[in-house]
Order: sequence, then structure tokens, then C-alpha cells
Amino acid sequence: MIKFKNSEITPEIIYKNRRSFIKSIGLGASSLAISTIPFVNKSLASERDKLTSYKDITTYNNYYEFGTSKSDPYRNSKTFKTTPWEIAIEGEVEKPIKLSMEEISEMFISEERIYRLRCVEGWSMVIPWMGFSLSELLSKVNPTNKAKFVEFESVYDPAQMKGQRYPVLNWPYNEGLRIDEAMHPLTTVVTGLYGKKLPNQNGAPFRIFIPWKYGFKSAKAIVKIKFVENMPTSSWMWASPREYGFYSNVNPNVDHPRWSQATERIIGEGVWAPRVKTLMFNGYGDEVANLYTGMDLKKYF
Amino acid sequence: MKKYLKSGVFILSTVPFLLILYKIFLNKLGPEPVKEITHFTGEWTLIFICLTLLMSPLKRFTKLSVWISFRRTLGLFVFFYATLHLLTYVGLDYRFSWSPILDDVLKKKYIFIGFTAWLLLLPLAITSSQKMVLLLKNNWKKLHRLIYVIAIFGSLHYIWLSKTIFFRPLVYLIIILVLLSLRIKIKNRNINYG
Repeated sequence: MIKFKNSEITPEIIYKNRRSFIKSIGLGASSLAISTIPFVNKSLASERDKLTSYKDITTYNNYYEFGTSKSDPYRNSKTFKTTPWEIAIEGEVEKPIKLSMEEISEMFISEERIYRLRCVEGWSMVIPWMGFSLSELLSKVNPTNKAKFVEFESVYDPAQMKGQRYPVLNWPYNEGLRIDEAMHPLTTVVTGLYGKKLPNQNGAPFRIFIPWKYGFKSAKAIVKIKFVENMPTSSWMWASPREYGFYSNVNPNVDHPRWSQATERIIGEGVWAPRVKTLMFNGYGDEVANLYTGMDLKKYF
Repeated sequence: MKKYLKSGVFILSTVPFLLILYKIFLNKLGPEPVKEITHFTGEWTLIFICLTLLMSPLKRFTKLSVWISFRRTLGLFVFFYATLHLLTYVGLDYRFSWSPILDDVLKKKYIFIGFTAWLLLLPLAITSSQKMVLLLKNNWKKLHRLIYVIAIFGSLHYIWLSKTIFFRPLVYLIIILVLLSLRIKIKNRNINYG
């Protein structure tokens, strides 16, 4: 199993600087090209990296446990109980453990991590999450040599989660990653956003975020993390294997069978704003493309 | 009296349009405004299809012929909202960039069937005048039965674009199937209401 040293995880300050560096290149290039294609270029660098408002991030959510409409999670999650909360790490590990949210927040230091979220439906947000690398948590257990994948199971509680009373998906919500994906420093355990406690509608108290994959890969309200030998079947793969693959990396060249993934709309940009081009791996190709060397990403979508 | 009722139907039919204009210009469409406009105009197209199809059963059940006089107005509003829906997609969403649009029309079945439905509406809109009814005689009735196909295509268009099976798109299909089945009964009794 690959272990990451602390130093390998990009510290927040470098991360931010790097983003502003990227931004400045982008702006320079776009002002050169502005005379040729003004529409697209203008929004490429500057608008694309602008933080989405707290209001939009917390009122426009896909979280079917609380209902299928985008405003349902905000409305229906207000009384959702997130304490006490325990996360079990089990499966192909030498010694399974259980950690409470209190223990987790004592053990790991959250930092601000600004990532773009690209939904499979064709929209995106830029979110200032608070969190730490999942690899830090996973390094608390020793996986056996059988372990190849990590499975994430979300909470099942139809009494509190209205949406789970209907068979929209096979509950509880299930997601999975290959071990190397789960151990990648960009794969984040999210504990907050905009410097505040994570709101219920965004997956409190414990969710993950994988910036280079479509949003649905980032499971919310997780209660169980399981190391497994075989590739897990996620809830969306169950619902429609032809449309939702295990990898689900953001890829403008591989369309969803029913709609194009070449472009996206930036949330909060208003009615007259144009679409922008979707970036390979959601713009995180430098960091993650090496995970998929030699793989046919059309086949493993 | 009939004249006033007809004007009333016309004015009421413009309400959704005025509502969306109000929402656009006062910024009340939420985080994804273009999608909102697309869904709004699409849904009202389906509602007007249902209303149009409802008129002849209403005439039969209430034994009042006044319903039929609303049908042309309602049918033209189907075309109006469908065209707004198409323009939102082609113009506002895709900025008339034809190559991705053409790609969608050919590759994505829900867009293909939606676009086909709009094309089928064209001859109906063109031949909607009283003059055309007289000119085409029996063929007019045959031609305008295309609305049955359009209704089915429209509801399939909605079902196929949904991420999972949702309640609302299915409701439209069911309503349309019920409205169409009422007509099958009419035919069996050999009474032709068209």
C-alpha cells in the first residue's frame, strides 16, 4: 500500500499560490485571445475560479436521501441529527477500528481546500471546503494484501431521510474508489465549508470529496469505510450501469449516453453567461492523470 | 360571449410567458437560470398539449361545443412555448454553436425526439387558419392528428432526459395516454370527433 508522507500533501498556502499563478497565466492568455473568441475566453480563467456563493453551495444540492429536487436537501435536512456519529473502518484490514467524529476532529487538522465541483449533470461550483486528506485517516489501519478497493457506505435512516422511503436508488448510498485513488492527497475528508461547520445538506458530519471525479462519487454522511478485494458496485452503477461507470472521472471527451459532457455551466453566473469548456480531470490532470496511464478512459468511464 | 371566452383563454395562455419574463429580468431563477427557463418552457409546452387534447373530450362530456373553439388558440400556444423552449436551448444555452447542437440532435435520443416533435408541429401551425381548414378539407383532420404523435414524443422527451425515474415526467405520459384512450373509445362507437 502506498503511504504518503505529510510533506507530500500540498500545503494550503502553496496550493493557493499555485492557483493564483494558474489564474495569472490564464488571464494573460485570455487577454491575448480576447479579440478572436471573446465569449469563451473571458470566462475561462477569471470567472471559472471565482468562489461560488455560500448561498448557492448550501441551497442547490443533489442529495437524494433528502429528496430529488435541488432545493430539497436544504429544506429537509434542517433537523438531521449528526451527533453522535461513528465511522467504522473495516473489511480487509488487520484490525478494524471505529472512530467518533470528536476523535476524528482531534486527530486531524482541517485546512481550507478550494476545489471545483463538476456535477455529472453539466454544472460546476468552486467551493472552499475545510478538510484533510483521506489518506491520513486510512493510514490508521493496515490493509491486508487482498485489499484493492475502498468502499464508502452512507447512513441509512429513512425516519430522518425522507428520500430513502422511495426506491430512487438502492439505499444506503454506496460509492467506491481504487486504493490509489483513495490515497491520493487530493481525495479529501470534508468537515466544513467557508470556514464553517459542514451544513447537513452538504453531507455533514463526514463526507469525502474527489475533485477530479463527477460529484456523485463524493459520498455524503458516511458511516462505513470498507477495504475490499473486488470492485464495488456503486448505487449509481446499480441504477444505470450503462450511464454511470465506476471511475466517473470528469472527461469532456466521453459523453454521458444521454447528454454531452464537453461543456458546463458555472453556478451563480446568471442567465446571460455562456457555457465554458469542461477540463480533463476537472482541471486536476497534472496531479491525477498518472493514476490512469495506459487505461482506455472511454472503456473505463 | 364566445368571443370574450376566447380572448380570456388567449390572455390566460400568455401568463406563463409573462411570468418567465418577470423572473428573467428580476433575477428570480436561482443558481441555474438557463436550465430553469428550459424546464419551464418545456413543461408549459406539455401542459398546453394536454389542454389542447382535453377540449374534444370536454365537449363530449359537457355536451357544450364552446370547448372546441378554444382548441386553435391552445394549439398555437403549444407551438409558441415549444419554440421558446427550442430557442432557449439553441440560442441561450448553446449560443447557436451548431456543431455541438447537431451532435446532440443526432446522438442523444431525447433531443432527437424533442426536435422531431417540434418539426411535426410546424405543419400544424402553418395550417392552423380557418382558410387552411377549408382548403385542406378532410386532409386537415388527418394532418392534425399528428398532435397525438407529438404528445407521445413530448412526454418521452421528458422521461428520457430525467436522471432516474421520476414522478413528474411519468404523470405527463399517463395524462396523455388517458386523453388519447378517450379517443379510441370515440372511434369504436363510430362517432368522429377528430
